[in-house]
Amino acid sequence: MTIGLGHYLTVAAILFTIGIFGIFLNRKNVIIILMSIELILLAVNINLVAFSAFLGDLVGQVYALLVLTVAAAEAAIGLAILVAYYRNRGSIAVEDINLMKG
Amino acid sequence: MIFPALFFYLFSGVCIAAAVMVVASRNPVHSVLFLILAFVNAAALFILLGAEFLAMILIIVYVGAVLVLFLFVVMMLDVDFAELRQGFLQYLPIGALLGGILLIELVLVLVGWTIAPGARQTIAAPIPPPASVLNAEALGHVLYTRYVYFFQAAGVVLLVAMIGAIVLTLRHKPYVKRQSIAEQIARTKASAIEIVKVRPGQGL
Repeated sequence: MTIGLGHYLTVAAILFTIGIFGIFLNRKNVIIILMSIELILLAVNINLVAFSAFLGDLVGQVYALLVLTVAAAEAAIGLAILVAYYRNRGSIAVEDINLMKG
Repeated sequence: MIFPALFFYLFSGVCIAAAVMVVASRNPVHSVLFLILAFVNAAALFILLGAEFLAMILIIVYVGAVLVLFLFVVMMLDVDFAELRQGFLQYLPIGALLGGILLIELVLVLVGWTIAPGARQTIAAPIPPPASVLNAEALGHVLYTRYVYFFQAAGVVLLVAMIGAIVLTLRHKPYVKRQSIAEQIARTKASAIEIVKVRPGQGL
């Protein structure tokens, strides 16, 4: 009953699928879509750290750190855009975001 | 030892259940709280893998800053979330279809993959034994020497994100009274005071 690399990869795959599923399920709600993206990036990080631990290479953890940085920046920018959009339009429904459509 | 396996199943089970609740929850505040639960359990998985520094970063930076930011935004926006959920069941079939296809693909990859025979010879930075060098120290040795440019680039990414967030959300309300120091300093006696001669009995 040893936990191998495949176990961690399975967890990451399930999390990734839940993230994709959440994007389709909550197509109207931008906040849940952003949270689904966070879940997807978390799955990627679990993959990187699992490979790093089982192959004995530290570079995977360095890369996971950079992914974390980019994910934090993405969340900050996404939420800022959301707040600015809500001030202008008074709603955050995805189908209302069509001001730039010709 | 049975405990690592037991804890792995506990943490990964709670993590996946919390992730399901994130996308299925009715209230976005509950979604954020379940996301916090998922991230804390993922940090526990990282500790099981021996990546303590990343686990602490995940808890401090992610749970402590990013998810609290999510919580603030969810609570700040006064949105009718019931209206946003109206097409929920309408999108369920296509979401389930695409998610299922993706999961099948990932399972096929998981069943069929092997590590290339030469992969273990090409390790860039081998993990030192944990008894002698701690994970954070080993990560620092690699990050601040060979990957220092990547580290700086990550700093630039965060700087740009910070400036962008401030630029996007900063606004000047015209009706708010603010102190204008230049205007105050530029005041002279001539512009501030007017001497009016008032004759007795006549008024102005």
